[in-house]
Amino acid sequence: MERRLLFEHIEVPGIDTYNVYRSKGGYASVEKALKTMTPDAVTEEVKKSGLRGRGGAGFPTGMKWSFLAKPEGVPRYLVCNADESEPGTFKDRYLMEHIPHLLIEGMITSSFALGANTSYIYVRGEFFYIIRILEKAINEAYANGWLGKNILGTGYNLDMYVHPGAGAYICGEETALLESLEGKRGNPRIKPPFPAVKGLYDCPTVVNNVETIAAVVPIVNNGGEAYAAIGIGKSTGTKLISASGHIRKPGVYEIELGVPVEEFIYSDSFCGGMITDKKLKAVVAGGSSVPILPADLILKTTNGEPRLMTYESLADGGFATGTMLGSGGFIVMDETTDIVHNLYTFTRFYHHESCGQCSPCREGTGWMEKILHKILDGHGTKSDIDLLWDIQSKIEGNTICPLGDAAAWPVASAIRHFRSEFESYIAHSGNGIKQAATAQKATVNM
Amino acid sequence: MDETNKIKFTPETEALMQSIIKRYPEGKHKSALLPLLHLAQMESDGWLSVPVMDRVAEILHLQPIEVYEVASFYSMFHTKPVGKCLIEVCRTSSCWLRGAYDIVAHIENKLGIKDGETTPDGKFTLRTVECLGSCGTAPMFQIGETFYENLTTEKVDKILEENKDRKTHTSYLDHSTFSQR
Repeated sequence: MERRLLFEHIEVPGIDTYNVYRSKGGYASVEKALKTMTPDAVTEEVKKSGLRGRGGAGFPTGMKWSFLAKPEGVPRYLVCNADESEPGTFKDRYLMEHIPHLLIEGMITSSFALGANTSYIYVRGEFFYIIRILEKAINEAYANGWLGKNILGTGYNLDMYVHPGAGAYICGEETALLESLEGKRGNPRIKPPFPAVKGLYDCPTVVNNVETIAAVVPIVNNGGEAYAAIGIGKSTGTKLISASGHIRKPGVYEIELGVPVEEFIYSDSFCGGMITDKKLKAVVAGGSSVPILPADLILKTTNGEPRLMTYESLADGGFATGTMLGSGGFIVMDETTDIVHNLYTFTRFYHHESCGQCSPCREGTGWMEKILHKILDGHGTKSDIDLLWDIQSKIEGNTICPLGDAAAWPVASAIRHFRSEFESYIAHSGNGIKQAATAQKATVNM
Repeated sequence: MDETNKIKFTPETEALMQSIIKRYPEGKHKSALLPLLHLAQMESDGWLSVPVMDRVAEILHLQPIEVYEVASFYSMFHTKPVGKCLIEVCRTSSCWLRGAYDIVAHIENKLGIKDGETTPDGKFTLRTVECLGSCGTAPMFQIGETFYENLTTEKVDKILEENKDRKTHTSYLDHSTFSQR
């Protein structure tokens, strides 16, 4: 069963409008925080909740907030990262489309905790229809006294704006996002200094994902301890999972962290099993950058324990036999899937999205794409697999931002777990094998 | 540039641009560059010519190169003309798994163009693009602001038919997307 905390009211007709949202207890966290709590007390509840960044990195949110520098007379900013673009991930878009006021409410409560008087929501440019929805929701919040000057008569002021991106995956990296918000190319900054000290306009800034900010609402309403009681161990609370690929019921599911992966794939409460009753072959569990795992390793750890949807269980075994929860972009592949071709779509993606600042990533992603294309096209040689391995190992850890790692991990994991598929392509090179190994009618577009 | 003087956006757009500049702190007007480029592109047949970018530079008191280098970085800014209807098909993993390439091939056959090309009559441009965050409703494409999801070849035919006599270029936004406060 889903465990609905953020999505408790998502099926209520009209929940995207202020009046309905308010009638369901909306904006209670703002009232509670502004009228009965200090900013530090709000941060304390977030710490107690164990909430971890839902954008993919999983860093404890309360700790991130507590790093925020507070020099006298310098403005502080909260920036919401709504640049959702990790392949396989569409949960933030779903949340903003269906229950936009939850994000606005979370932004107000969080801004109060951080002492920010101006906040921005950076939305990926392709989502202009979402920007339209958020603009309307913000207007409604202003009209009802939740934004602007002297909110609820408490003396707290807050202005909130939506800012559109323009098509660049890299702007999901927080310092690239800040560069972009300043009207520049999205080139990530060298850290330190971290945004908590020098962020937007060189001022202390917190950048949080949409789902993270939305989770602050139930945390403040019910207390951090109540939130921490949901889930298992350090994987507290609920998580939005974007499920796609060869499953009967693709969509966004809110789960209590700890649901077994097998249940998530096969239960009718979630993915509903494989679309054509074909066998499960592989899963990318947390968005395109996390290691792909074959069916046996995604369902069970090497100790034979059922794999659970938690940060820890998915990572069990390290990258040798495990993966990551990441953004919760859960891509399911059946036995007909051509793993080499799937990897090609990922590698082409990372090449296209590399900002070009660091040589290992700029050049390496291009080389990996070219080699994979060559293999798919029936011209691969035995040394190509080792060459791919060599390139990815030289990108990982050698770039300013994590895009390099994100490009390397899918390549390493595909070779690690599905080496025979690469070898099969290469063994048949020159025989027009291009289509034979694949069930997809793939025309390779360069 | 001499041509700069020739470019003027409509008064409605220029006013909207000024209101967007006010969303950012004093002296940080450069932040408005992305939204202003979107609005400029909307008014300029869906692409950004040098004179159009120069006008944006003038409004924001920037050097033209500061605008060019940004326009060339982001995939939604088109620095060459595009067809009246720009179709952007997602081609990344989840869409590929659910038949995106069949959709691309169908459009290519139907329109007689390849990925990246525009029909000779200027009516359609086809582009494959990276993940549009619509993986659970794959395959899909975007035309302007609208996401068309769970596509089949029948649906595609209908959409192409609906867009073949467009009078104006598709746009990612319009004057009502941003509200003026």
